[in-house]
Amino acid sequence: MTTMTYEQAMEEFDPVFGIEVHVELNTRTKMFCGCANEFGAEPNTQVCPVCLGLPGAMPVTNEKAVESAIRLGLALGCSIRESSRFARKNYFYPDLAKDYQISQYDEPTCYEGSLDVALDDGTVVEVGIERAHIEEDAGKNTHVGGSGGIQGADYSLVDYNRGGVPLVEIVTKPITGMGPRTAEVARVYVATVRDIVRGLGISDGRMEQGSIRADVNLSLRPKAQGGESQDDVPFGKRSETKNVNSLRAVERAVHFEAARQARLLLGGEHVVQETRHWHEDTGTTTPGRSKEEAEDYRYFPEPDLLPVEPSRAWVEELRGTIPEHPAKMRARLQEEWGFADLEMRDVVAADALTLIASTVEAGTTAQAARKWWMSELSRVANDRGVALAELPVTPADVAELQGLIDAGKINDKLARQALEGVLAGEGSPAQVVETRGLAVVSDDSALESAVDEALAAQPDVLAKIQSGKVQAAGAIVGAVMKATRGQADAGRVREIILQRAGVEG
Amino acid sequence: MTDWTRASAAQMADALAAGEVTSVELVQAHLDRIAAVDADVHAFLHIDAEGALETARAVDADRAAGVELPRLAGVPIGIKDVLVTQGLPTTAGSRILEGWIPPYDATVTRKVREARMPILGKTNMDEFAMGSSTEHSGYGPTSNPWDLERIPGGSGGGSAAALAAFEAPLTIGSDTGGSIRQPASVTGTVGVKPTYGGVSRFGAIALASSLDQLGPCGRTVMDTALLHEVMGGHDPMDATSLDEPVPGCVDAALEGARMDLSGVRIGVVKELSGAEGGFQDGVKQRFEESLDRLRGMGAEIVEVSCPSFEYALAAYYVILPSEASSNLAKFDSVRFGLRVEKATVEKTMLATRAAGFGDEVKRRIILGTYALSAGYYDAYYGSAQKVRTLVQRDFAAAFEQCDVLVSPTTPTTPFKIGERIDDPLAMYLNDIATIPANLAGIPGMSLPSGVAPEDGLPAGFQILAPAHEDARLYRVGAALERSLTEDWGGPLSAQAPELEVAK
Amino acid sequence: MSSLDRSDVARLAALARIDMSDADLDRLSGQLAVIVDAVAKVAEVAGEDVPATSHPIPMSNVHRPDEVRPSLDRDAALAAAPEAEEGRFRVPQILGEEA
Repeated sequence: MTTMTYEQAMEEFDPVFGIEVHVELNTRTKMFCGCANEFGAEPNTQVCPVCLGLPGAMPVTNEKAVESAIRLGLALGCSIRESSRFARKNYFYPDLAKDYQISQYDEPTCYEGSLDVALDDGTVVEVGIERAHIEEDAGKNTHVGGSGGIQGADYSLVDYNRGGVPLVEIVTKPITGMGPRTAEVARVYVATVRDIVRGLGISDGRMEQGSIRADVNLSLRPKAQGGESQDDVPFGKRSETKNVNSLRAVERAVHFEAARQARLLLGGEHVVQETRHWHEDTGTTTPGRSKEEAEDYRYFPEPDLLPVEPSRAWVEELRGTIPEHPAKMRARLQEEWGFADLEMRDVVAADALTLIASTVEAGTTAQAARKWWMSELSRVANDRGVALAELPVTPADVAELQGLIDAGKINDKLARQALEGVLAGEGSPAQVVETRGLAVVSDDSALESAVDEALAAQPDVLAKIQSGKVQAAGAIVGAVMKATRGQADAGRVREIILQRAGVEG
Repeated sequence: MTDWTRASAAQMADALAAGEVTSVELVQAHLDRIAAVDADVHAFLHIDAEGALETARAVDADRAAGVELPRLAGVPIGIKDVLVTQGLPTTAGSRILEGWIPPYDATVTRKVREARMPILGKTNMDEFAMGSSTEHSGYGPTSNPWDLERIPGGSGGGSAAALAAFEAPLTIGSDTGGSIRQPASVTGTVGVKPTYGGVSRFGAIALASSLDQLGPCGRTVMDTALLHEVMGGHDPMDATSLDEPVPGCVDAALEGARMDLSGVRIGVVKELSGAEGGFQDGVKQRFEESLDRLRGMGAEIVEVSCPSFEYALAAYYVILPSEASSNLAKFDSVRFGLRVEKATVEKTMLATRAAGFGDEVKRRIILGTYALSAGYYDAYYGSAQKVRTLVQRDFAAAFEQCDVLVSPTTPTTPFKIGERIDDPLAMYLNDIATIPANLAGIPGMSLPSGVAPEDGLPAGFQILAPAHEDARLYRVGAALERSLTEDWGGPLSAQAPELEVAK
Repeated sequence: MSSLDRSDVARLAALARIDMSDADLDRLSGQLAVIVDAVAKVAEVAGEDVPATSHPIPMSNVHRPDEVRPSLDRDAALAAAPEAEEGRFRVPQILGEEA
């Protein structure tokens, strides 16, 4: 058997999967020191004795990071541990300044939660959450020589700016029973986590920038036979796929891995329990470093830090700050907006839900908001190869734009021009209309003279109108629009033409 | 012409305030003394004459200008090389840090600078504070000024020897299992380990994070009290530091010097008194005599038993290596320190650590790696932390019956260099009386109890107090010291044989 | 628990990134085995009901506010680097997981 598709794999086997998501928190400072937590600085300019791992330095916990982690745990339906200690995870690697990572081991701050995720067609599935714990990030290695990757590099350069950045790692329980929808569930789960962290305001939640990272675990087991329950069939060996940098990659990685494992199993071979690396360009995974034995991290409680013991009162206070759950919000908004299922699905698939919601909040109808984001702005985003949210236009801008149309100040065509200006950074829609002179002309005397000019150029139109061919007015309207570069108030122009003809419109 | 190196720090401070001497004179006198004897003693790894004189000059100028100065301003000090000092080499006694110049100051270093004390230099120590004799220093041993062929104790042998050799009136040490107290005992000086968290560990190169404490060392109890008050206090950079006022050590020392201990209950810990053997006769004799003196001053002596102490040494030699194995991982050739470069970074790390660490350090790292390994954690580290709980409970029970506990500091007087170096377990036994305090986090002091009649070498008397009650050490210690020194005619260190001065 | 043998020491030394020659292993293994046997008694004494002490003085919730403090000057940060290039710490080839 040489070829195997994901669909075939799903027919032959029962998939079990899990996802580990690392969320970079957007605190001002690092997890255990006061260095700035900001992207893009010159290498090694945001380091201190603590995050450089210098002898004698000691960590002190960032209270905001603890708060963010608890809020995230609450949003994931987790219990918040009354007392949790940090632990050292010991291993040697150049980007790990102390050669141990401060993390949490058997006492994660958040544990035993569950998350409802709404699939594309609105079906809601429950994903069990094992734990969400707090830890620090490592620095960055850059490999020099060879192709720029680690294989064949001559040497490496280390930047510790990102070393010590606060992370929350969310681990799901093994997710079973999703069958062929596994890939979709994986993608939607990650998207939902992303929406949650953005909604909480604790992270940018940008996979492309690495502020959300996903590792995908997958295994296949035989389908239950006879009277056997699927639950009784033991899990197969699982692979862990890293370097999955987008939602689409999550789905593709699951497709690839399922097919790969199915092909092996059906060929009588074994699936190796290993870490694999996703390659976006080829849509494949390849094995990571093979290790003779699993790394022994020798976890023990971090002696330099004291236990985190959030009071129950504080936890309840934080619970009050958790925004609405994404799946619930989706259902509520669909009802409020009166969108059809298909419309809603497209909105969610285009990642436009919160954009539309914010636009409505800024003061316009849901239909108008959807129209702008889903057609004109989606087209622009596609042309530029960016996500909708990355366009330099805000929901407030869109609401303002529609407001100008509703007030008769501009028409659709002029609105598109105004939008160009906003996207080009010329200012708000009102400002662009002003500076570019895009306002609809509704000054009667200007319109009248334009109409008269156009009539003079097409003298037979008046007669046609008077003889009953009212639609002939369209040619004059067109001529006036052209002459005014689309800025005439078309309705008013038409009225004036009919007045000239002495008939009712 | 007064030989200021023989004065106490308190006397120097008073003389400076009275204008009888300048700080430059004091510093110069100590630098001269170091030049005269340190080739033989080897207490110092690095001497910063320039820096010390510069600080002294600034203090003298401020004093002349009438600027108000801290009590110990202008009094010189030596600092154990475990403490990070910006701009001054810091090695922790290891070749893996040879030549490392830290880019920052430890909190305690900063406090010493704020106290305007000239820093004479960095003192020698067992590598990464692992040892009881300073023989494990990567830079050669330090000699005991009482007998240059004998060890000065460890790991802080340099800090203690510097005092006993009159090279400095005050030094800073660190104590993880007795590394301040045991050297004090074998050199006839005073050393205190504060309550865990009483002094900031920020910038102290970590050995065992849950056991380490920095502490003051001097030739007298009062000197040590004065330095304790400079060093102590809450530090936001050290999460484990206590958020409470510095204990009133100086006041307690003054109180103790009145020699009235009526109402004070003193507990003798059966398991630490040498009753089971292993303690040198002369050490026990001086201990008993000191008990008599305390009794004579009104104290009630009680015997207490702490059965869990039988396991304390074992627990310590599991916990310390475990935490140390993790703390020493950062010495990996990447960001600082030695690099023995090979083709890959893994090989470089392997070669660097093999070349840079001495045998004792390697032993303890391997031991710690083993104790934390998957499958062994519960039996070793996990169990040792439980022993710790039992030790705390035994102390708590004992302190219900007494205000302080006492014992000989260490079983013997100083042994000869080379005598125990090949027998790690024999070496570890030096710490049998000092270790329990570190496990429990309680404070402890060692002060001289006299010299053992059989060899004329110093023996030490250890006082332990409940957590947070460091002041009690100074009260009882000052009382005993006064009683002894009145008979001796001065501190014990004055009885040390005169060192040959280099020409 | 069994005493530590030479191959254990070799494995542990690798885990701790300390290169050991045969001579080193010979010298240290014997000493370590003796020490391990001596400390093994810690497992004898405390029962299930005795909690472990990881911090000698009980404290909790020691945190710092999320406020920026000055970082080191890059020159100071790199000053002790055995090798640096382009403002970063340079290390020889890393064998390991894909980047």
